[in-house]
Amino acid sequence: MRGLPLAAWAYVGGVVALAATLLSISSYDQVDWQILVVLAALFLICDSAPALLSIERARVSMAFSASLASVVLLGPAGAALVGACALGTWQLVPPVKRLYNGAQFVLCGWVAGTIFAVLTPDQVPVEEQIAPFAFALVAYVVTNLLLVTGILLLSRQATVRELLGEMQQLAPGLLGYGSFGLLIAGTWQAVGPVAPVLVLLPLFIARWAFAQTAAQQRAHEATLATLCQAVETKDYYTRGHSERVSRGSVMIATEIGMRPDRIEAIRFAGMLHDVGKLGVPTKVLQKEGTLSEEEFAAIQLHPMRGLEIIREIGFLDEALAGIMHHHEKLNGRGYPMGLAGEEIPEFARVISVADAFDAMTSTRSYRPAGTRAEGIAELRRCSGTDFDPAVVAAFLRALQTQGWEPPRAVVLPEGEPVETTRQDHDDPSRPLKVAGENSAW
Amino acid sequence: MVSHSRDRPAWQSLDSGQLAVLGTAVVIVLCSAAELAAHGGLDAARPAVIFGVLIALGELFKMNMPGNREVAPISTAGALGYALLLGVGPAQVVHSPLQVAAVTAGGMFAGSLPHVAVGRSPRLDAMARRLVAATIVAFLFRPLSGHLFPADLREPDWYGALALMAAVVMVAGCVDMTIAAVIRAETVRARFGIAFVDEVKAGYLLWAATAATGMLIAVATSVMGLAALLLFTAPILTTQFAFRRYAAVRMTYLQTVRALSRVTEVGGYVETGHSHRVSRLSVATGRELGMAEEELLELEYAALMHDIGQLSLGDPIPGGATVLASPAEQRRIAELGAGVIEQTGVLDRVARIVRRQSHPYRCESETAPPLASRIIKAANAYDDLVGDSTDRDRAAAVLERLRLDSVSEYDPAVVEALGRVLDRRTLRF
Repeated sequence: MRGLPLAAWAYVGGVVALAATLLSISSYDQVDWQILVVLAALFLICDSAPALLSIERARVSMAFSASLASVVLLGPAGAALVGACALGTWQLVPPVKRLYNGAQFVLCGWVAGTIFAVLTPDQVPVEEQIAPFAFALVAYVVTNLLLVTGILLLSRQATVRELLGEMQQLAPGLLGYGSFGLLIAGTWQAVGPVAPVLVLLPLFIARWAFAQTAAQQRAHEATLATLCQAVETKDYYTRGHSERVSRGSVMIATEIGMRPDRIEAIRFAGMLHDVGKLGVPTKVLQKEGTLSEEEFAAIQLHPMRGLEIIREIGFLDEALAGIMHHHEKLNGRGYPMGLAGEEIPEFARVISVADAFDAMTSTRSYRPAGTRAEGIAELRRCSGTDFDPAVVAAFLRALQTQGWEPPRAVVLPEGEPVETTRQDHDDPSRPLKVAGENSAW
Repeated sequence: MVSHSRDRPAWQSLDSGQLAVLGTAVVIVLCSAAELAAHGGLDAARPAVIFGVLIALGELFKMNMPGNREVAPISTAGALGYALLLGVGPAQVVHSPLQVAAVTAGGMFAGSLPHVAVGRSPRLDAMARRLVAATIVAFLFRPLSGHLFPADLREPDWYGALALMAAVVMVAGCVDMTIAAVIRAETVRARFGIAFVDEVKAGYLLWAATAATGMLIAVATSVMGLAALLLFTAPILTTQFAFRRYAAVRMTYLQTVRALSRVTEVGGYVETGHSHRVSRLSVATGRELGMAEEELLELEYAALMHDIGQLSLGDPIPGGATVLASPAEQRRIAELGAGVIEQTGVLDRVARIVRRQSHPYRCESETAPPLASRIIKAANAYDDLVGDSTDRDRAAAVLERLRLDSVSEYDPAVVEALGRVLDRRTLRF
């Protein structure tokens, strides 16, 4: 937090001062201290547990449920006090942030509490509390988001556009977990402190499942990446190729605005696109000079072999199509099916661009690595004949903003016979030489 | 191994545990129908119908957890809530335990209709278990529910009620897991004690969430009336969503490993189907030897990937049969494979199993390899020598050879277990 702009310091100071003033002038006559202690403890426990939904700069925890329960059960002053408990969170945060968070939860609690108190002046049955609670909840979430946005903008940690995107992700979670506050408050009159246990137990268990899901997902990705690498170990020069093609495909997919689940699918498709190459006999891959027609047929079949392996994975069909057709060309002269133009699945058109670019900018046994500029020039040259111009354009835009990490220089181990490819089927600048063919593939 | 049941009536392929729980469920349904008829309909029809709808919706959104365990948390929570219900708003309710069974059965039936309509046959044993659990809770709790109201108060004694509810759902949970374990022990031929621990491990968290929601629904409906039902299923909805995603990711992971283990076949390093056959044989043998579900999953992963080290060889070894390669070569393949698996950073135990798969059982210089490694060693040798041949004499001869080698190479207990697994298979075909 050092080096915070002056405006941000002033903002933090203002928010903290406002919160402190509110806390000092509120009257606590009507606050039920027993409930307050229980809810404050609950707030702290929930806030210190790992978050349910967390993105880089913000987190949604079940502390929200406790906070909103206090809005109903304790009124503005009590809710502000419960919010102030954020000062004592067990999370490791810098003191300024701790102070600011405490202050902003005080303000949120007070605003929501006031709205709820104004809308339900007398004790009313729980059914009639739903609408006022909804208003209070929205007020709470809006106040919270506004205050967080303020500090992030003033400390220049984020741009408005980024924040809008993040808010869209956060708001449903905040509203959802906040609304459980009403459930706690509603059953409190009957079962007291058991209410939060009953309401939050399923959520704690859900959080466990979310964490397990994330861990399994990481394990899945690591395993997939490793197995793809294992397939590549045969050839020193293509190591890391799958990983880079996967990254490139994701760059393009993001640039052309694919949905997140499709981006996820194309990431895997990029990783797995060459798995079938293992079915191509090593001697064909390592052959120097002209390939016989059978040998070329073996190469042409590798996308199908890949498909054979991964068909059993419950993937999106799209990823399968992407792998099968990643060597089709826009002019219909690719393989294995010779599809043309729009017939080629979108995934395949994306993967083929990333695939070719990586092949051209990597070292091969028969030539040094091309520079980025050469790769771009080659993509431009083949745009419209081999590649979809829209995809190439998207890739070039993404290259400018995100850059590209070319493979490290290949160091061949000395003294051992080393297996390397003599021709690269991915490399459009150096087509495979096939007997009886004088046109470039 | 499923195909053998095709040409027999469906009930003959059921194990005794499944038959027992289905029989119990049928008895419950018949009794509750008789009771309803004798009683002339439902007590307090409105809550009964609304809870029935909740149960039906829960059945509609049932899901499969890892290990092919069908669960329907919302349906179960609804049934538990109805069994534990003390009042609707200010009015006390006094429905009989059999009415709970009737409403649960009705809701489950209605909720399965859409599944049947799209051609998914319902898992009757899982449904029967859910019905039995709800009925147990109803029979334990409902007779006592009247005593929970202090004489002069309309409000029940909530803390007493909660304690009783918690105790009752815990008993029902134990019974449910016991039934599940009996059925599982029979279908996959595991030992009961091990199956029970597996069931508890796989199910206790979801059961806790479901039970808490059932109690919450019962309390909230008494406080706020039936409107609460909708609001108070929100927490379990979140839980269900989380577990559904978890199950999906687990499934994808397993599919990925299963699929990618075939790269060795496509590369011509091993015979087609080798990895899958070795993994099936290993898991069956491991189960025969009493391994728990978690260990079996690791065993399956290790067996699927046991030949992955061959990818680092320039050319396939002849015939792909590692059992015919020299011990040094076998060790090298195992080392290379373990190295690959270690790189994932998440499968260290699997890597350890793969590393020691080639080691002999008895060796003076080192400790015996882990059980999983010994199983893979035997299963791999068997499959290398028999392959996909169905010739019984050849299989018997190979098994005999493994037995003879079990003085030093193979663990005799593993070879015997393998023999039992193969015997069963021969009988079934």
